[in-house]
Order: sequence, then C-alpha cells, then structure tokens
Amino acid sequence: MNERFELPARLRNTSLALMAVGVLVLIIGAVSLLGGDHHEQTRFWIVLLQNSVFFVMVVTASVFIQAAASLAQGGWIVAYKRIPEAIGANVWVLGIIAAVVLLFVAFGLDLGGHNPIYHWVHPEGDKILEGKSGFLNKGMFAGFTIVTIGLWAFFGRKFRSLSLAQENAPKNSTKIYWTMFKWSAGFLLVYALTQMSTTPWMWIMSIDAHWYSTMFSWYTFASAFVSGMSLILLFTVSLKNHGHLELVTKEHIHDLGKFMFAFSVFWTYVWFAQYMLIWYSNIPEETTYFKIRQQGPYSLIWYSVFIINFIMPILVLMSRPSKRNYFTISFMAMAIIFGHWLDFYIMTMPGPLGEHWSLGWYELGIFAGFIGLIMFVVYRTLTKASLVPQNHPLLKEAILHES
Amino acid sequence: MAIKKFAVGCYDDEAVLFPAVDKVRNSGYKLHDVYTPFPVHGLDKALGHKDTDLHVAGFIYGITGTSTAVGFMSWIFTSDWPINFGGKPHFSLPAFIPITFELTVLFAAVGMVLTFCYLNQIMPGVKKHVFHPRQTDDLFVIALEIGEHTSEQEAIDFLKSTGAMETSVQIAESEWWYGRFDKEEEYEKLNPAV
Repeated sequence: MNERFELPARLRNTSLALMAVGVLVLIIGAVSLLGGDHHEQTRFWIVLLQNSVFFVMVVTASVFIQAAASLAQGGWIVAYKRIPEAIGANVWVLGIIAAVVLLFVAFGLDLGGHNPIYHWVHPEGDKILEGKSGFLNKGMFAGFTIVTIGLWAFFGRKFRSLSLAQENAPKNSTKIYWTMFKWSAGFLLVYALTQMSTTPWMWIMSIDAHWYSTMFSWYTFASAFVSGMSLILLFTVSLKNHGHLELVTKEHIHDLGKFMFAFSVFWTYVWFAQYMLIWYSNIPEETTYFKIRQQGPYSLIWYSVFIINFIMPILVLMSRPSKRNYFTISFMAMAIIFGHWLDFYIMTMPGPLGEHWSLGWYELGIFAGFIGLIMFVVYRTLTKASLVPQNHPLLKEAILHES
Repeated sequence: MAIKKFAVGCYDDEAVLFPAVDKVRNSGYKLHDVYTPFPVHGLDKALGHKDTDLHVAGFIYGITGTSTAVGFMSWIFTSDWPINFGGKPHFSLPAFIPITFELTVLFAAVGMVLTFCYLNQIMPGVKKHVFHPRQTDDLFVIALEIGEHTSEQEAIDFLKSTGAMETSVQIAESEWWYGRFDKEEEYEKLNPAV
C-alpha cells in the first residue's frame, strides 16, 4: 500500500499558471496602483493584507484539525492524514508572505503622515486610540505577528515530521502516537491564545480601530475552520480523481461534508450573534461598523456572503446524497472558500477604502495567485511521502470507518 | 394484531449470529426479527434494512417549527398586539431569529423522538412479545415465522444447523399491543411456555 503521488503535469501547469496570474497582477498592480493616488495605493495594500491573512488562517486550520483529531483519538482522519499534514507543513510559506505584508503595512505604509489601514499607528489626538495604545501599538503588533506565525509554522512542520517518523518506527509502536498527542495539546493552547482570541484583533479588527467586538476572533476562526475543511476536501477529491487514496471512501467524504455543513451553521451562528447584539443595543459607535456594510455600498457583498456561506450550504449539504456526491461536495467546497474570502473582504475593505470598493482584476488576480501558490506547495509536499500512513496505529480503524 | 407461530433460535456469539442471519436470509424462511441485547454494528446491513427516512420527517418538523415561530411572532407584533420596543420596527426579523431557531430545534427534536418511537413501536405501556428472557441480557435471538405449510421440526433443525444453542417453537402475538392485565392473562394461557 505504499502509495506514491507523482504530480501530474496538468496540475502542475494549472498551479503554475494561477501563480503566474497572481504575480503578473501583483506587478501590474504595483505599477498602476502604487503610482496612483492615496486611495489606489491603499487598495493595493489592503487586498494583499486581506488575502495573505485569510489564506494563512485557512492553511493553519489544517494544523488545528490534526491536533483536534489527535487529541480526540479520531481514527477516520488517518485515511487522508497526509493532506492536512502537507497543508500544515506549508504554513510557513503563507506565513512569511503574511508577516511581510502585515509588518510593512504597520511599519512602512505612510501616506502623508497617516496610515490608511491601521489608524492606531498614530494615535495622537484621538482619545479612544490613545486609550487603546497599550495594546494597539507597533511593538505589540510586531510581537503578536511574529510569535503567532512562527508558532503556527513550527507546529505545522512538527506534526508533519512526527507523522513521517512514525513510518520508520518499529511496527506497532505507539511512542510517536503519544508524542503527537502531547504536541497536539500544546498546539491547541497556542491556537486558542492566537487564532481564537487575540491575533485577529490585531490583524483585522484593528483596521476599524474605534470599533470592537469580543466575538470577532471566534468568528474569524469559524471562517478559517470551515474553509480549511473545504480545502482538505478539495485536495482529497483531487487526489482520488488521479487514482490515489484508495482507502478514502465515500464514508470519509461524507464526514468531511458533515464538518463543512456543521461549521457553516456554526459560522452563521457566530456571525449572527455578533450582528444581533449590536443591532439590539443600537449604540452608534458600534452600529457604524454594520451601517456601511449592510445598508451602505457593501450591501451586495454582505448579502452574497450570507447566501453563499449559509443558505447554500444548509440547503445543498443537508441531504445525505449530496454529501456523498463528488461533484456537489467539491462545488460546495469551492463556494465556501470563495464565500469566506468574500467575508474577509467585507471585514477589511470598508475601513480603509470607504465607499469606493472594487472587486475587479486586481482582487481576483491576487486571489487566484494565492490559490495557485497553495496548490503548488501542497502538491509538491504530497509527492515527498507515501500517501498512506501505513504504520499508524489507527489505520485499520480509518479503513473500516463508516459515517 | 395477529397470533402467529415462530421458530426461535438463540445464539451467544456475534460471530455465529452474522453467518446465521445470512443463512436465514438465503434459506427462504420468513425472518420475523432479530433481537440483540445491545446495538450490533452492521446488523442492519446484514438484515438488508433500508436507510430510514426519519431525517426527512425531521426536516419537515423543523420547517414547521420555523414557520410557526416566524408566522406567530409576525402576527403578534404587527397586527395583534404591536408594541414599540426601543424604537425598533414592529416587524424586526433579527429579534425573531433566536426564538425561530429554538422552535425549529424543539419541533424537530420532539417530532423525531415521537416518530422514532412510532417506527420502533416503543412507547410507555406498549407491550411486545419477548421470545427469550435473556434477549435483553446476553443472548442474540432470531425469530422465524412458520406458516401452515412449513414443518416446525425442519425449521428447528435448520436453526440448530446455523449454530443456535437453544431453540423453541412459540405461538405469539407478532405485533405490539397496549398493555392490559386481563389481556395478558388471556395471552399467557395461549402460550404457557413463556
């Protein structure tokens, strides 16, 4: 069962083409937007920020999924374990991009004495921002960014190397299994203290520096988790289409679909809870956040996000046959990733760009570039080891899995 | 409600039960049911049971809950007894969502529990014939229906050949009934062995 994955030329070319589109759009954007007025320069940076933050969170969700499965001693994930591993092992690639963009935006971006994205960089004269400056300042930002991304990337690579070490361990040895168990507990702590609580405040919520919501990180976590599940599903289906992963049956696909369904509902729950509390209490300093998004120029995207991320999953993924059909489940996975990308779009854009948003060649080109990058690095990592973790203690359970 | 004759075989091992179920299904005997002391994984597939439609019922109950909640609240707050809450419009959907959600869950949950009980014929007071007292303890029981043209002895021999450790022939009510003592006394006279 030593299954080796050779990257087919078509997949490699597709990912390279998408990456080329991204790089091309980045260069054209750098030439045309960075040469433009303040609004266009801001657009250049905020789109990069939105994409790099979104995708680093999505790939890190794979590390979280491994940790959660390992702690719960879940067996069924073992059948396609190499995929979250390969995604998690590449957190560092997206992490470096995100760190460069975030640190540049916080430290280097200066349009005529003010920072168009992070207003808190210059809190002077603004009482609210001065009050928050103990947390929202350049030093804390750099510290949080580097520590968060460093830990995520470290754990992603650690889980991969532990899992590969299991292959060379003696037969029926559970030593590495329990080592993985301990590291997983450590990662959950790290993840809870970064993604689930503090880091999204720094990276995204501080764009609207006057506004705050205590549910915000939980809400971005829900986005990242459901998109991460969809990403794993897309890679699984793609490998199956190329004749690999014989152990993964419709039962596994069905359970991945259940996760996508359940966490789409969970995302909606958090999304609505945040909205409803602010709608109910109706305090002007809080409602401004939703005023521009729901009733203002962004309302089209606002309702699209709701339809793509809630109405579509709940109607399509509810029935059992649609979760077991490769076409509908892959289509929904793509829709969910795009929907949550749009959700991040609407989190980030209204602050710096105001009413003049655009969703055109630049935004979609950068999106395509990141997709190509993820495809390229993950497929490349997948070719480096057998797709079946044949020495894993729970492999038999994974094969016999029934949803 | 029908009194029928059954050939009953008891097994003490899952590993014997599964081949026995296969043999019964291939033999042409009419399988009444299989009783196990705990849920046996894969037995539903071995018996050839189809997937249940309980979840479709659940969806319908859920939708009923949603429309009940939205309809009822809209009617109250817009036409029956409109009250101004903090300057919000009378028809304010976001405020209705939590209650709508709760009623959806309540209707779906209660409806599915009742439907589940109905499909499995379990309810407080509902009685069914027990083929062997140990079928809730440590024995797996297969009950075959014996018609007029089937030999009792052949059925018993067949069950023994599949590995049954204990066999019997019983005349029993095949469906459920609502328990009453007078009815039960009459019933026990019919089948003193049980």
